[in-house]
Amino acid sequence: MAEITEPAWRARGVRRRSTRTWRIRTSAVITLAVGLAVLLVPPLVQLDEQAVDLAAKLQPPSLAHPFGTDDVGRDLLLRCVYGLRVSLLVGLVAAVVATVIGTAVGAAAGAFGGRVDRLVMRLVDLFSSVPHLLLGIFIVAMFRPGVWPVVISVALTHWLSTARIVRAEVLSLRARPYVDAAISGGASRVRVAVRHLLPGVLPQAGLAAVLMVPHAVWHESALSFLGLGLPTHQASLGTLVQSARGSLLAGDWWPTLFPGLFIIVPTLAIAGLAGAWRERLNPRRRSELML
Amino acid sequence: MTSRIPWAPMARMAGRRALFAVPVLLAVTFGVFAIAAASPFDPVKAYAGTGGLTASEQTLDQLRANLGVDQPLITRWWDWLTGALGGDFGESMVMRQPVGQVIGERLGWSVLLAATAFLLAILIGTTLGVLAARRPGGWLDRAVTSLAYGLEAAPPFWLGLLAVWFFALKLGVLPAGGLTDTGSTVVSAGQVATHLVLPACVLAVSQLPWFVLYVRQSVGDALEEDPVRGARARGLAERTVLLGHALRSGLLPVLTLIGSRVPELITGALLVETVFSWPGIAAATVEAATSVDFPLLAALTVLATAAVLLGNLVADLLYGLADPRVGFDG
Repeated sequence: MAEITEPAWRARGVRRRSTRTWRIRTSAVITLAVGLAVLLVPPLVQLDEQAVDLAAKLQPPSLAHPFGTDDVGRDLLLRCVYGLRVSLLVGLVAAVVATVIGTAVGAAAGAFGGRVDRLVMRLVDLFSSVPHLLLGIFIVAMFRPGVWPVVISVALTHWLSTARIVRAEVLSLRARPYVDAAISGGASRVRVAVRHLLPGVLPQAGLAAVLMVPHAVWHESALSFLGLGLPTHQASLGTLVQSARGSLLAGDWWPTLFPGLFIIVPTLAIAGLAGAWRERLNPRRRSELML
Repeated sequence: MTSRIPWAPMARMAGRRALFAVPVLLAVTFGVFAIAAASPFDPVKAYAGTGGLTASEQTLDQLRANLGVDQPLITRWWDWLTGALGGDFGESMVMRQPVGQVIGERLGWSVLLAATAFLLAILIGTTLGVLAARRPGGWLDRAVTSLAYGLEAAPPFWLGLLAVWFFALKLGVLPAGGLTDTGSTVVSAGQVATHLVLPACVLAVSQLPWFVLYVRQSVGDALEEDPVRGARARGLAERTVLLGHALRSGLLPVLTLIGSRVPELITGALLVETVFSWPGIAAATVEAATSVDFPLLAALTVLATAAVLLGNLVADLLYGLADPRVGFDG
């Protein structure tokens, strides 16, 4: 994704700074709330999110059911929290796998250079030539059903940007005087890699991993919506939107609206936090684009 | 002006890219076959359908030989490749017709949808981007930027479903999906146009954030540059400065990069065509994936890769044309 840099005129004024602080605080509060909800609600509430209550089916949002109920009377707020839990778990695992692949590949390309570098970059080009969702659909179609095909398909389509970032970072670190000093001081290759290159690369790789989580959730939702993702008993946000299609065509909007909001709001919150982190890492590059 | 277009370097660049595309497409086709070979999916059982449950082992072996599944991976890949070069991509299992015919019937509808959506996204994106760039940090800028971020985070299929609910069910002004009214046997331009509105708008909206943010950035930067300062110093009206100078130099880099948006467009089309039952190739891809129709899926994956490579080439050619410093060396 292209970087949007902010010209100097944008940095002026106290109001701008206070909006930024406000944005970071809101993002932090939302992220914290979402994290606590998906971690604590299932063990503490002890409610069955699969509990069918046909007498209470398709009720619009009310005090008893803030998000309403679905076509078999299940509480949608509870379903959304459980769905977000599944989606976030899949997204997190996929992001970690993708970051490990991307960091290893990018570091190898940057550290070895030459033929390895060219080969790796050709591989990255190759993977970028296939639209990611299409490659994901292909992998999932061949290996489904199950959670792991989804995780693997998302991870295999998301390591590219991390590999590029890590490679560039390693290349720039290798040119630093302290790395030269370590090498001429007789440090081994492994020591240089672990003590001098890795610590410099980790923040960038970590930032890329955090930014990847919403992206991975988005991908998983798309696959699940197409009916190619998670099985229905492990309802994710995408599965919820998919299964709400029937109700929507009958005119009931809430089973569709709320799962989507559960994708958008945490995405914006995580992107807001990651944006602040990126500003600290690269103060000169004020970027806001997150996906 | 036309005489100044550097045809020769552009042709050389296109030639180099075509040479580069050959190994990429070969690798993608091989990767597709390798993934299928590694998967637990059995094409014979899929082909036989429910009949495969009762069929004798002998019949299945016969079918296996007919489909060429008993051959090693390399042989199957090579057979498919030589067939594909002759225009034979095999038989689609789910559509029960040759893959080439499926693509031929559906490609046009997808191109129509994508082109309309792109045009809409460019028009709306440029307008909003310029409005936002005019007063950086103003309320309009903040509103447009927030909207762009919100839309970027929103899944297109969700936007599509809400659009169906609002415009087709609540207001009843537009059809919910398909290409023509149900029961209609002829495809008339008027019906296609009304059925095109919702999917094209939703696809446009899913592409909009990139355009808005990029135009805002690009025009905002151009407003800081010397030609604009010069135009202001000459006392030209703010409108002329904005539209005649800043927009002209700011919009060019955005327009040239459109070709590189093909992957995002395909991703959006996969979701939007499915939501609206649009009879294009993206919806066919999803159908092929759902019923594990390998021949169709393989051909469509290769087609999408070719589209991405072509889009990149167009972007680089236009970029070289717009900015002579870049040249055609890539």
